Amino acid sequence: MSTGISDYRKQEESVTLSSQPAGEGLEQELMTINMGPHHPSTHGVLRLIVTLEGETVRDIKPVIGYVHTGIEKTAEDKPYWKAIPVVERMDYLSYYFNAMAFCGAVEKLLEVEVPARAQYLRVIHLELNRIMSHLVWLGTSCIDLGAISVWWYCFREREAVLDLFEMSSGQRMHTRYFQVGGVIEDIPRGWVERVRRFTKTMRTRADQYAALLDKNEIVLQRLRHTGIVDEATLLGLGVTGPLLRAAGNPWDLRKAAPYSSYDHFDFKIPVGTIGDNYDRYRVRHAEIYESCDIIDQALDGLPEGPFITTDRKVALPPRHELATSMEALIHHFKLVTEGFRVPPGEVYNPIESPRGELGCYVRSDGSSRPARVHMRDPSFVNLQATAPATRNSYIADLVATLAMLDPVLGGVDR
Amino acid sequence: MEVTRAKLNGAAADSSDFRIRQLRARDMLRGDIPDEELEQYVEERVLTTTLDKAVAWARGNSLFPATFGLACCAIEMMSLPGARLDIARFGFEAFRASPRQADLLILSGRVSIKMAPVVRRIYDQMLEPRWAIAMGACCSSMGVFNNYAIVPADKFMPIDVHVPGCPPRPEALMHGILKLRDRIQGNAPAGWRERYDAHGTEEVLGEADLPGVNAVNVFQSGETQRA
Repeated sequence: MSTGISDYRKQEESVTLSSQPAGEGLEQELMTINMGPHHPSTHGVLRLIVTLEGETVRDIKPVIGYVHTGIEKTAEDKPYWKAIPVVERMDYLSYYFNAMAFCGAVEKLLEVEVPARAQYLRVIHLELNRIMSHLVWLGTSCIDLGAISVWWYCFREREAVLDLFEMSSGQRMHTRYFQVGGVIEDIPRGWVERVRRFTKTMRTRADQYAALLDKNEIVLQRLRHTGIVDEATLLGLGVTGPLLRAAGNPWDLRKAAPYSSYDHFDFKIPVGTIGDNYDRYRVRHAEIYESCDIIDQALDGLPEGPFITTDRKVALPPRHELATSMEALIHHFKLVTEGFRVPPGEVYNPIESPRGELGCYVRSDGSSRPARVHMRDPSFVNLQATAPATRNSYIADLVATLAMLDPVLGGVDR
Repeated sequence: MEVTRAKLNGAAADSSDFRIRQLRARDMLRGDIPDEELEQYVEERVLTTTLDKAVAWARGNSLFPATFGLACCAIEMMSLPGARLDIARFGFEAFRASPRQADLLILSGRVSIKMAPVVRRIYDQMLEPRWAIAMGACCSSMGVFNNYAIVPADKFMPIDVHVPGCPPRPEALMHGILKLRDRIQGNAPAGWRERYDAHGTEEVLGEADLPGVNAVNVFQSGETQRA
């Protein structure tokens, strides 16, 4: 502990505060400042060591690890079905996606068939989650740009999404709705109608956000032609998601490698042109409409049938069977105490989260606990784009760019 | 239309009449009100209290929370000033980005070992009087993780209110802040022991128990371990 503290002090001492006035004829001195981990615009506890020349950012170094939670290690200590809530808390704005990546990986190892209804229910919840994540992103980013009113509207709609989550699963966040083999419970009566009403209002509300922002000269000046990173650099860094799509590359795993019956739906992939902050904003904003379209299509075509696999070795038996069937009781006991065993092997399951490619790598040694769980979190990889996006720009643009990169530090540090 | 005239100072006139009170006030300002009436006038209008109580009342109704989010709970904390809960009803909506201007630190999320000195430093930078709320299971009891990376907040700083949940609903955090307000104002709600008349149920360490071995916080409130 003492070494860590002294490192911290050393880093602090290395910060030089220049008192030289910047002006004509004066040699400009580089100044290194520390931004974060407690900074309202870092969207979490990200620490940035910024080297400035006057107001211009010459270099930037993100320091991460301030919300390291040991989630991957903890997941190794739990049976597969008990690891879901731990994994869900990783990227706390896209909990359905975390659960989906993990459950999908385990399902691949188990070779379990997920019923069609469960796949559609998953898609509906994933897209609702995508809308919610983008709403939080839009609201907090606009605060960073100095426009607080958008935040009120975004959080109003976020509450509407969370009400739907609460209705279907009982929790607002970290719902633990996705299980290995399906979803935990069928949707309650009246939920479909409420989701339809929500998508209808969401489209008009998204129109209203655009009306607020698209003609706002301050927003346009802050976003247009700032934080540009070209497609080749982004691909070289492994950046995915809306950031890559804003640079013109229509890479989306929902189209490129469809999972959970995403190939049944007709939707478009919004792409940008030059990859500046404005494109990033427009791409995410357009994705809200596409998500609404997917939800509507999934509700229209929602198949009847079981909501979780009927494989009793993996999924809990229905409650009423426990009173009548000895076999169901045994299965229930085995699943709750030990959990199901997974055949040895390793698998990588990528899905498209609101921030990009969220992959889950699971290695099984044949026991009921995973030997290794690793998450390829998009926020972690996308954070590498911070330096190329902000180098040689103003420090005010750094805040705007960081907001538009949309990193979630819970996912970065895990 | 009938016009009536009534004598203002007459016995028949209602003393709650606004015009009468206005005339009385004028009389008082002129010094025309005799002593006993002046006494009554003051008693009716002036509330006496101690300065402490007045200050506590003001403090409890204008907490300035620090803009400080850690993880999942921070998102739920952010929805507090939102339209549905609108914490501005109670006067707690002024989130301050600088700890120097804040007097309430809401620890919203998991505190890792790397973050703990930073949190402690932010708390130290806040000016007295200051309060802290541990929001969520992680910074109260390490929550679902309960592993090497997480530190419960009680280990490195004093916490006034713990809000359970993973994450707690915004309503729960609101309830926690209101409990804190009651405490600041000096009328702390009775604990469950008072409510259920369960005195004498406290677990007391025996002499054979070593400190630190049992699940008891060995640090006093405000004490830290070289952090």
